[in-house]
Amino acid sequence: MTGDLVFYAFALLTVLSAFYVVFSRNIVHAGFGLLFTLFGVAGLYALLGADFLAVTQVIVYIGGVLVLVLFTVMMTRIPRAGSGSRGLDRFVPAGIFALMLFALLYKVIIGTTWATRAPEPAQGTTARLGAEFLTRFVFPFEFVSIVLLVAMIGAAILIREPRSQDPGAAAGDAGGDAVDKEVRS
Amino acid sequence: MNVGLEHFLTVGALLFGLGIFAVMTRRNAVGLLMGVELILNAANVNFVAFARYVEHGLDGQVVAAFVIVLAAAEAAVALAIVLAMFRNFGTVHVDAVSRLQR
Repeated sequence: MTGDLVFYAFALLTVLSAFYVVFSRNIVHAGFGLLFTLFGVAGLYALLGADFLAVTQVIVYIGGVLVLVLFTVMMTRIPRAGSGSRGLDRFVPAGIFALMLFALLYKVIIGTTWATRAPEPAQGTTARLGAEFLTRFVFPFEFVSIVLLVAMIGAAILIREPRSQDPGAAAGDAGGDAVDKEVRS
Repeated sequence: MNVGLEHFLTVGALLFGLGIFAVMTRRNAVGLLMGVELILNAANVNFVAFARYVEHGLDGQVVAAFVIVLAAAEAAVALAIVLAMFRNFGTVHVDAVSRLQR
């Protein structure tokens, strides 16, 4: 069936690029691998009949979060490849833990008889999602908008230059520098 | 074998395991955040898959939309913290930063 082929294509794209994100030594390459992972997940949403979520995934994750991540990579100095022990001492326990976690999850997934029903034919979800957001989920919806506002203000406060806007602190600091120079000289 | 719920859950489990592995091994703070994004996406795939195959409603999709919004907020604040960390310490290596201020 073509639907199955599409699923396997998107699943392969998602998982292989996720492997690349995790195992790539270069953080820029990992960021671009994350692009394909997020795109594959958007394809899985579309296959599951969640058209609105698929588009939201592309806009918010690929257009927003990923660009933010790549900007941060650009603005920070990449640690040298040799620095820090990126050796077996960290890979082996983490690999064993992640593998055991996956094995446990897979055992549960295979061993459980899920109460699945034949899925309904997919139809557009955007209008119905909007109705849900403004009726049953109206309080979480408003709450999340406040959370976004607070996160935006918090991020702006975190990255502003602390000295330039506070002349008292700047003067105090200059005094401290002068004292330092006197002590040194 | 037709593609069913188990296939989507397996993809979710794989993404989750890889995300956990990234969080445990990456020492670059940005790489660590990429692992967190993988974990959130794994949870989202599960929510949408259950909404399609088990529950037949939109509740799973609503929760997934909230997760996407909160992930965006988390990424904004976390990357601002990474930038502040880089300005104060000159590195984004999480082992090198063991204090909360200069």
